[in-house]
Amino acid sequence: MEAINTLSTPVDGKKTPKIGVYVCHCGLNIAQTVDCAKVARNALELSGVLMAKDIGYACSEPGQNEIRQDIAENGLDRVVIASCSPRLHEPTFRKMMEAAGLNPFMLEMANLREQCSWVHMHEPDAATDKAFDLVKMAVSRAQRLAPLFPETMPLTKRTLVIGGGVAGIQAALDLADSGYEVVLVEKSPSIGGIMARLDKTFPTMDCSI
Amino acid sequence: MTDVGRHPKIKLHTLSEVVDVKGYVGNFKVKLLKKARYVAENDCTGCGECAKVCPVVRPDEFNLGLSSRRAIYSPFPQAVPAAYMVNIHECLGHNPSVCSKCVDACEKKCINFHMSDEEIIEEVGTIIVATGSTPFDPREMDEYGYTRFENVLTSIEFERLVNAGGPSQGALIRPGDRITPKSVGFIQCVGSRSSNKGGEYCSNVCCMNTIKSTLVIKEHFPDVDVKVFYIDIRAFGKGFEELYRRSRRLGVQYIRGLPGNVEELGNKSLKVAVEDSASHQVKFHELDMLVLAVGIKPTRSNHKLQEMLGLQLTPDGFFLEAHPKLQPVDAATRGIYFAGCAEGPKDIKESVTQGSAASGRAIRLMHKGEITTEPITSEIVEERCKSCGKCAEVCPYNAITVDVKRKTPAVVNSAACAGCGTCAAECPFDAIVMNHFTDGQIIGQVDAMLENAPESKILVFACNWCSYAGADYAGVSRLQYPANVRLIRTMCSGRVDEKFIWEGFEKGAPVVLVSGCHFGDCHYIDANRWTEKRVLKVQKKMEKLGIRPERLQLKWISAAEGAIFADFMQKMEELRQTVSAGEIRDTVRILKNPRREKGDKD
Repeated sequence: MEAINTLSTPVDGKKTPKIGVYVCHCGLNIAQTVDCAKVARNALELSGVLMAKDIGYACSEPGQNEIRQDIAENGLDRVVIASCSPRLHEPTFRKMMEAAGLNPFMLEMANLREQCSWVHMHEPDAATDKAFDLVKMAVSRAQRLAPLFPETMPLTKRTLVIGGGVAGIQAALDLADSGYEVVLVEKSPSIGGIMARLDKTFPTMDCSI
Repeated sequence: MTDVGRHPKIKLHTLSEVVDVKGYVGNFKVKLLKKARYVAENDCTGCGECAKVCPVVRPDEFNLGLSSRRAIYSPFPQAVPAAYMVNIHECLGHNPSVCSKCVDACEKKCINFHMSDEEIIEEVGTIIVATGSTPFDPREMDEYGYTRFENVLTSIEFERLVNAGGPSQGALIRPGDRITPKSVGFIQCVGSRSSNKGGEYCSNVCCMNTIKSTLVIKEHFPDVDVKVFYIDIRAFGKGFEELYRRSRRLGVQYIRGLPGNVEELGNKSLKVAVEDSASHQVKFHELDMLVLAVGIKPTRSNHKLQEMLGLQLTPDGFFLEAHPKLQPVDAATRGIYFAGCAEGPKDIKESVTQGSAASGRAIRLMHKGEITTEPITSEIVEERCKSCGKCAEVCPYNAITVDVKRKTPAVVNSAACAGCGTCAAECPFDAIVMNHFTDGQIIGQVDAMLENAPESKILVFACNWCSYAGADYAGVSRLQYPANVRLIRTMCSGRVDEKFIWEGFEKGAPVVLVSGCHFGDCHYIDANRWTEKRVLKVQKKMEKLGIRPERLQLKWISAAEGAIFADFMQKMEELRQTVSAGEIRDTVRILKNPRREKGDKD
């Protein structure tokens, strides 16, 4: 189920990547269609993969702890998680990477649930082949990932409000009352917009200005 | 309104328009053009002595021409700022001075004919677009006779007429003969919900505005006969239905059916022909006054602003929000928000709510005093850049600047870059690296996928926001499709470089699909327009090279279209089955021919 690959080769002339691959069962969501252990076994043959294993719930607390421990013990520098859609848990696993001291962008996910086990439920063999392909693609991408860092920039604490109708007036007052400077631009000679023309307004039938 | 004028934190520029916007979230530089008022705004006390002596009489815009004003005037009594202004095109002239009576009358010497238009630069971190709307002009619908018949009014004119501060001090009279009408009719949906004239959308406020007007009439003049011609009454808001019932209780007649024709009678009253859709009978109604409940149209200046700020408009002409449910006040461009009718027809309550929401969103961005930029942005490899300017042309956010004349390399403003990757896909010199979606990373995926048995597989490029999400939705819905489909995710379909497609075919892919958001739904404004152009271009090249162009498909699939995704995968599989091993062999041979490279660049 678990093994260490000693045959990893360098990519792009750089230091050999140390990739950890985790094939998530997601309970039975993935495991009832995809042979997760087989996918993990095959993943171990891929270039750059230091370790590969199948795991019950990668996103759970114990799952994340296990991955973090592997990162610490084996010096993994990038991680492939083959589980659900990255649209669901990419933020979760990016946080896990950070907590493990790795750059969050050194993570890649393979979508084995929404785009494999759930849509090929009656073809376990084909789904397992596809799962391996998706892992292989993810590993290939993971080998070429580079750490990225957000930049911070200064900001002007001031807002331009274009239009002095009721919406613009409300926005300007809320901002100004919260302590922010506001520049309110109105093309006509007075603010007020359409509402200034109204007397009674629904539903309360009171005056608008 | 007066709170705005008095607030120490609000700088108010009236008679002003935005003419240019530079910069990006957190650091916008905005150029305003402030037109001359010819009256010192801070000194004028609004005493009105100037207007009393002004000999020029013109229709008053505020009352829609139902009353008059002078060439020097205050727009309306509660105006903010309260200062008077001169309409310089109407003024008799001051150079040489032919009148200047106002100058003599002004004790505080506020009037200055030498004032000129000013250009003002303001630096801001966020922008709220609250440009409002404009009423539909019913002259387009000639069958109602607006402007041909003097007692056909718009709802806004009627509004001024019954306003206590209006031209008749709130008396309900006909503008032509000052007779109090004995019967008033309202026609609903004028310029709304019609595919012929005006907009196809519901203007949201006209039903309730008419109900309110009927109540105003019935409360002051209970004997006036009031009829409302409608398609259906939309009284969906809090307290609205109650108001509608009150109106019916007071005897207002609601007749389901819009008039086909209006004629003027000898006494200037109107004869309205309506098919009552409840009884299917055409009936004629004689009314002393007819009010057209005009719809809400987008402001004409929206187009200019859209270009300056890099925003999107819906086909109706209102501004498009980042997400219709989850980000209803955000623009797709970071740091810009919408409030009020600029985004779509709204009533006062909704406009106020959205104004507050927009300010909240702006504060959320500004309160830290600095902004963190998303690191998935593009980067220029200066040595390779030939300063051709293509990247700047395709960038939906104007985040790239290139000095084409001086041939200096392109510069990406990483704060403005949203990370669609269209620039990297379009760069003819491979001089742009799209971080986290680099050429190497994506080609690596293509190669890994096609290493074994490529002929059996379907290569799909899917954008993160729509198509990839659509595929996820197919999964959530357990829609089954062929298991040989493999997706490669990019943030935007605009990232799908020509060479990714060629790589796929060269490595033996039988079919390739590029999928993205529908036009108008693209999360990077309109980057998917470039996707389409590129795919068409590749298909043409394929044809020239002797490769069947239909092996490359383009399909727009939204995040909600799981079923369409699954169906289309079935179609892709059918298409794949038409591609023989020999055909793939030929394609690989054609594409491996080193001479192709030259043809590839044209």
